Amino acid sequence: MGRVVVVTSGKGGVGKTTSTAAIGAALAQTGQYVCVVDFDVGLRNLDLILGAERRVVYDFINVANGEAKLAQALIRDKRVDTLYLLAASQTRDKDALSEEGVARVIGELREMFDWIICDSPAGIERGATLAMRHADQAIVVTNPEVSSVRDSDRIIGLLDSKTLMAERGERMEKHLLLTRFDAGRAARGEMLSVDDVLDILSIPLLGIIPESEDVLRASNLGSPVTINSAVSAPARAYQDACRRLAGEIVPMVIPGQKRPFFARLFGRRAA
Amino acid sequence: MTLHARQQQAISFRGRSLLAFVLTPKAPVATWLAEMDAWLDRSPGFFNEKPVMLEISGLTIDAAAYRALIGDLARRNLRVMAVEGAAPEHLADDLPPMVSSGRPASAAALLDQSANQAARPEPRAEARPAALVIDANVRSGQSICHPEGDVTVIGSVASGAEVIAGGSIHIYGALRGRAMAGVSGAPDARIFCRKLHAEFLSIGATYKAAEHMGSLEGRSIHARLDGMKMHIVVLD
Repeated sequence: MGRVVVVTSGKGGVGKTTSTAAIGAALAQTGQYVCVVDFDVGLRNLDLILGAERRVVYDFINVANGEAKLAQALIRDKRVDTLYLLAASQTRDKDALSEEGVARVIGELREMFDWIICDSPAGIERGATLAMRHADQAIVVTNPEVSSVRDSDRIIGLLDSKTLMAERGERMEKHLLLTRFDAGRAARGEMLSVDDVLDILSIPLLGIIPESEDVLRASNLGSPVTINSAVSAPARAYQDACRRLAGEIVPMVIPGQKRPFFARLFGRRAA
Repeated sequence: MTLHARQQQAISFRGRSLLAFVLTPKAPVATWLAEMDAWLDRSPGFFNEKPVMLEISGLTIDAAAYRALIGDLARRNLRVMAVEGAAPEHLADDLPPMVSSGRPASAAALLDQSANQAARPEPRAEARPAALVIDANVRSGQSICHPEGDVTVIGSVASGAEVIAGGSIHIYGALRGRAMAGVSGAPDARIFCRKLHAEFLSIGATYKAAEHMGSLEGRSIHARLDGMKMHIVVLD
């Protein structure tokens, strides 16, 4: 029985799709069967980030409406053979997804995969609530800046009320993934610090992903950063996050706090 | 009034006013009882669970006959709870007590009340807690509304959230949203929080927006009303 994880945020553009692809790929690289599902109907991006945009024949809506079988719609990744994508439709919109259809597809996916990672659209309306409805766990992606933090707080409130787990009276495990973290700007007070964000959101920290050009480069190449530049700082941070998701205890490294070589050599602080 | 220290258990008294049906038996009592029977045939159970009183100032009746009347009424499921205009011989430990401070009320009002009660059986109201305790953070977009009394939050109230209480508001954490105390008119309602970052505070009709909280930002405070002005006092 697979675990369903929703990657959500409230705010748009914080790194949900990037993180879904990176975490999905990192988990699949450990040999587990992973399916990443794009819930952003009408504005799909997950297929682009995975470089699968020219291979989408059937999508989530087709399967949910019974027009295609799940096996016909699943796209296997060419680089990691235990990673599969269920793409969204670009021509329709969120109202085309029915609750029963989604429930049925998620049920089928649970039988086939170890992890089902749902990439939620931004916002708090139907698309976002459908994406979180069947989740067992949530990853709340947040940038360390005020509007993202407030929107994440809102989405945490919804995770505790609009999901099947909440309706059953169970408490969903929620993890904070802090993305686009820039240590220099945080030190100068231009961005919120990790402590500030944790103080407001009060959910356990899954990982801190540093701001990096590697992420943009990977997206444009159609490859998740954990596959494309596996030794880069963001990729290593995503890999640590995956290990924590699986229950391992991995010490948290705040990016940018390691002092550069010369400063350590001469005992000076970096400018 | 909020009691902050628990003293020894005290007996508490409350007042309650009820509307009661007043029956005025007339001589001869037997005839009056027969008419009562006819009425009960047409509306059986009409007096069940309704407060019933007797007015006997206009009735000449001796102690034994009065006791028999009470017994006859009881057999018809009419329990008399009090009597007006009784003479001393009509009062005893096992007879209805005398009352004298009743005010006339319209029988129509009483019938309306009874009709409503018959149509909708009054739900056994569980004692509504006067104070609401929330043992979690209040997230952005959530609104806690408790006009019956105090609200205590063990956690923080996020920006974009609001707490509305009839009484006082106690926040054991940061207040980043809105707090509105004393909405049911209590002038001594207060707002307490550990870290003030509030967007908006109000007690009754008096409010203070964030721009006027200046030097109190981040402090542990206690807000109260003094007439129409809100005083915010630092606690530590």
